[in-house]
Amino acid sequence: MIYLSLFFEFFKVGLFSVGGGLATIPFLYDLAARHPEWYTAQDVADMVAISESTPGPIGVNMATYAGFQTAGVFGGMVATLGLISPAIIIIFIVAKVLNAFKDNKLVQNAFYGLRPASIGLILAALYGVVKIALINIESTTIGGFFNYKAIILAVCLFIIQKVFKKLHPIALIGIAAVVGIIFRF
Amino acid sequence: MKELFDLFFTFMKIGAVSFGGGYAMLPILTREFAEKRDWVTDTELNDYFAIGQVTPGIIAVNVATFIGNKRKGFIGGIMGTIGLVTVPVIIITLIAALLTNFADIEIVKHAFSGIRVAVCVLILSAILKLWKKSVPDIPTLIICLILFGLSAFGGLIPVVGKFISPVWMVIVAAVAGIIIQSIRTARRTKGGNKQ
Repeated sequence: MIYLSLFFEFFKVGLFSVGGGLATIPFLYDLAARHPEWYTAQDVADMVAISESTPGPIGVNMATYAGFQTAGVFGGMVATLGLISPAIIIIFIVAKVLNAFKDNKLVQNAFYGLRPASIGLILAALYGVVKIALINIESTTIGGFFNYKAIILAVCLFIIQKVFKKLHPIALIGIAAVVGIIFRF
Repeated sequence: MKELFDLFFTFMKIGAVSFGGGYAMLPILTREFAEKRDWVTDTELNDYFAIGQVTPGIIAVNVATFIGNKRKGFIGGIMGTIGLVTVPVIIITLIAALLTNFADIEIVKHAFSGIRVAVCVLILSAILKLWKKSVPDIPTLIICLILFGLSAFGGLIPVVGKFISPVWMVIVAAVAGIIIQSIRTARRTKGGNKQ
């Protein structure tokens, strides 16, 4: 039964990839090697590029793509459900446990360390996007190092956001997309 | 029922614009669930992200399940998560069926180069918002900087670099939090009353 095997293979990917969407990539390559009839290693590389230009985590995108290639629209949905199921189940358990122990001193102290850790990882994620969006890391000249157009846009967006506090973050994404198209970023 | 639909459609909206990894979602989540609805606090959102780092599955999915579950229990968690993946599933299905060279289209490239700039600004503003509560003193600043350094540049360290995973870093940070706070409590009780 193709739906069942799609569900369980992607369930395994979801279960073992801990962390961000990028953590799923090695498991996606592994799956390509074991099920070449679903998708190939080249498809994973293409999907990394597509995922940069579409919303949603790469794992979800790859599951949908592989499921669709193998078993049509319903296949795409089944594979995606398989991928997200472990996360849902585990978070329900964690939420229950946390709720029971939220006044526990040990749990509170753990969060004292967890919160700055999370900020550190978010900073690293910021650095990752800045490297692609605002600077040309391979440039050998100082003039070529900074992507001036992008930096000016970033400063403008930051100011817009500070001045118009009511502006929805989604609007900021829309503005940036339009500016990107008009000024050929 | 109304809140369940609210959860579903809000997460659908967030899923439709979740570019550049789960972190760009953070300011949108803050706006929708902390400011507009008062369902969670900023700090709780940061906690969910921290837990999402160490639990299996995609962080965005973990956080959606957390928020949905907090508001509306089991069904809420499922509705939030399904809402989150709805638009990506539709878009990828369309791309797989119709245009496999989507990422090479000129106008798409320009739009997304612009969107990546917005993602930088959104992530930065999320950090600024969470900073005061999450990094209140020197020990937490040190934890934050170590995690940033290892996560951004750890891969450059020869041999061991490959084995540095965010999962272990986060677990060590939690243990460090427990140790630092226990030492503080021990010092305070020593100074206060003799046992």
